[in-house]
Amino acid sequence: MNGQQVAAAWCPPAPANSPVKIRVRDLVVTFGKVRALKGLSIDVLENEILTIIGPSNSGKTSFLRCLNRLSDLDAQAKVAGSILLDETDIKRGISAEDLRKRVGMIFAMPIPLPLSIYDNITYGPRMSGVRDKAVLDRTVEDSLRAAYLWDEIRDRLRLPAWKLSGGQQQRLCIARTLALDPEVILFDEPTSGLDPISTAKIEEAMLELRKTRTIVLVTNNTKQAARVGMRTAFFLMGEMVEIGPTEQIFTAPKDQRTEDYIVGRFG
Amino acid sequence: MRDEGLKQKLGFGVLLMATLVVVIPVLAIVILIVTKGWGALSWNFLFTMPRDGMRAGGIFPAIVGTFTLVFVSIAFSLPIGVMAAIYLSEYAKDNWLTRTINLAIINLAGVSSVVFGLFGLSLFVIFLKFGVSIISGSLTLGIMTLPVIITTTREALRAVPRSYREVSFSLGASRWQTVRHSVLPRALPGILTGAILSVGRVAGETAPILFTVAAFYLPHLPTSLSDQAMALPYHLYVITTQIPGIPEGFRYGTALVLIGIVLIMNIAASVLRSKYRRKR
Repeated sequence: MNGQQVAAAWCPPAPANSPVKIRVRDLVVTFGKVRALKGLSIDVLENEILTIIGPSNSGKTSFLRCLNRLSDLDAQAKVAGSILLDETDIKRGISAEDLRKRVGMIFAMPIPLPLSIYDNITYGPRMSGVRDKAVLDRTVEDSLRAAYLWDEIRDRLRLPAWKLSGGQQQRLCIARTLALDPEVILFDEPTSGLDPISTAKIEEAMLELRKTRTIVLVTNNTKQAARVGMRTAFFLMGEMVEIGPTEQIFTAPKDQRTEDYIVGRFG
Repeated sequence: MRDEGLKQKLGFGVLLMATLVVVIPVLAIVILIVTKGWGALSWNFLFTMPRDGMRAGGIFPAIVGTFTLVFVSIAFSLPIGVMAAIYLSEYAKDNWLTRTINLAIINLAGVSSVVFGLFGLSLFVIFLKFGVSIISGSLTLGIMTLPVIITTTREALRAVPRSYREVSFSLGASRWQTVRHSVLPRALPGILTGAILSVGRVAGETAPILFTVAAFYLPHLPTSLSDQAMALPYHLYVITTQIPGIPEGFRYGTALVLIGIVLIMNIAASVLRSKYRRKR
């Protein structure tokens, strides 16, 4: 089956009012003999929340990990095709470290580093060489406010980060990513282990962050995609079946498989 | 059903016996050495020079020698071993070179200690002209402990979840920054365990120091790394087999001091380790 053509056929032209932030063309990811992505072409637009839905093994996470080159760490993963960030090739035009400062990532499980809350948030800036205490203090407060966590933990910044609750930890991880002031944030099923209230807080943060940043959200939760997504893409077995405005995907999907997934016939 | 219950009990009994077989000799050794050696322990025994062909006086130079050998050899092997383990675990790709290095480390761990002694004699004492000295002995002991340190450090690094590395990388950290700030702090307790194991081995080995550093009888303290030194295990060998007419208490006293030193160092390292664990 020629996945490349299927995917390309569904890639819509970018609307004139929003420039392309990330341009992905013919992306192929293979793990040994397994092809996780079979030739994906997609545009991520500036200041949008692009949600990616699909059953497990559809290549959602593999796609996300290519965007900040975390896929480089996997010795078995082979990546082909081109990814442009602001029209710059992320493999040749920029170092992996600089790319990851511009394209942040939130993982499915909150993983606080074994440091204090404060040191977790300043980890990124410190690794980039920021030493000025006043700057770091400011960054911590701003990031925590943006992640809706400041009021809850402002007096406990020296506490080990793992003492926070799961929902707080995930918002801490968001704050930690925001400390680098990234242009793009990749969310990889960020609420899969959280309760509804924590989930709501994180969705609220995403909607707020979108005003100044670009967000790609991979989620198993179709309702979440409907709540926060501006455009939604449906992935299936390493191919993009369909992409369009979230409302259209959920009310009038063009492909039968999309409809089957959304109404819960599989996945 | 009752048959099954009986089998259970039988199996349980066999396992318990096996455990006791392990514990009993340990207890027996400790009790034997403590009861026979305790009487010999005194201020004079611990802190004075041997006199009268080692038939009288103390074992102070041997204690100092053993401490010196432990510290110098660990100061040499711990940094090198940890750096090698970091390279193998965090940087090396899986290719023929890495596999050859791994094979070498496994084989190094299997070489008997007297062969290390012979190797130290030919390389450090004769070829590099360090002479029979603390530096030759420490380097020989250091090489002997390298595989232990490398293996335990590598295990400790591997036990650090991959997700910590990914988080660090995702925040724009370089590979070295990730190792230094996210991986090493978490692996430190495990690395210390390797160091503890090495300390015990270095303090207790006789064969590697036999040709490289150990002095038969040296009634003064070493003043530099190029001096010979007495050491507890070799001293024990000497007074047990080479010199007639030594009071029995001296032998068991020396053995008691030897296991006491290893025990104290182990406890100190364990305290240090749990302190690091508690910090996170």
